[in-house]
Amino acid sequence: MKAKFLVPLLLFFGLAGFLAFGLTLNPREVPSPLIDKPAPKFSLARLDAPEQQFTLESMRGEVWLLNVWASWCVACRQEHPLLVRMARDKVVPVVGLNYKEVRGDGAINARGLSLEAETSMAIERARRWLSDHGDPYQVSVMDIDGRVGIDFGVYGVPETFLIDREGRIRYKHIGPITPDSLQNVLMPKIEELRRAG
Amino acid sequence: MPVDRAHPATRRLLAALALGLAATVFVPVPGVAAEPEPEVAEAVAADPQLEADAMELSHKLRCLVCQNQSIAESNAPLAVDLRNQVREQLAAGKNKDDVVDYLVERYGDFVLYEPPFKASTLLLWLGPAVLLFGGAGWLAYRLRRRSVEVAADKGLSATDRARARALLDSAGAQETESPESRS
Repeated sequence: MKAKFLVPLLLFFGLAGFLAFGLTLNPREVPSPLIDKPAPKFSLARLDAPEQQFTLESMRGEVWLLNVWASWCVACRQEHPLLVRMARDKVVPVVGLNYKEVRGDGAINARGLSLEAETSMAIERARRWLSDHGDPYQVSVMDIDGRVGIDFGVYGVPETFLIDREGRIRYKHIGPITPDSLQNVLMPKIEELRRAG
Repeated sequence: MPVDRAHPATRRLLAALALGLAATVFVPVPGVAAEPEPEVAEAVAADPQLEADAMELSHKLRCLVCQNQSIAESNAPLAVDLRNQVREQLAAGKNKDDVVDYLVERYGDFVLYEPPFKASTLLLWLGPAVLLFGGAGWLAYRLRRRSVEVAADKGLSATDRARARALLDSAGAQETESPESRS
């Protein structure tokens, strides 16, 4: 009972502890409710062959990454060399989801554009960007209006989803992939999923 | 601004620049009516009732890009997309709960300004009440105990009183003995 005067001090340390922990959290990283759920189905035109559609089914049986990108996305340039290196070393198949290539670009007023005009503009811009910076994608698909992005809960670019053999989302990486996050977070998860068969 | 994950430092710099620019542009001039706010959202639905419903719902949904704004208030491209989704789905005959579920399935409870009541939010919902009633209960207990203690306190015993008197007297005597040494 003698140490009663310490109670406010301990309460203060408890509160300070909670607040200090809060400072280490990043409120910009919103946890995805889609983890361990089947990836939303979609069918989108391929960037390399727009007359062909790409669906999740074609990746069944593989552990792969879905990387959300756009040519207007500045942070994508940060992770792009790493993706190119990963593709060269055949680390893991990466499918690109080109997100709102034209209407996402704040510099373009896409409101007056017809969907056809917007699509051809998007294809041209996205192809040029990939030829300038290197194409790390097994295939890239065009999410012109960002609808598939919404289905995946995309709220910024870049984002990367790790998808398992059964087509379930197992992990979501928010923001550019760094060598550190690749080595310490993504690769262990990829290897675990591969082992799981 | 496009939804883009530029480096935080760049973002802060841009934000600071934008603020500075805004401050120079929007200095209020006394006597001159302020510019009307730029349009908050482009009204799309033709049916005014539907539009009102969509906007009412949009005010309850958090924008994931500008997290302190609802999707009704934010002009982030994603907020515009989500507003359109809300409108489209309401127009397609879905009720509000369906639309909310649609967004929660994709973005999680984070999109809701009012968190749902469930096991993981129990502390959030009940914590303040627990603190309030716990504090009030503790205070009531302390007050009651104190009145009992005061009632039980019969004051000093005769021997204690004599000792105290003796101590006070001797201290007073010391003080009168050598007052200069204290100054």
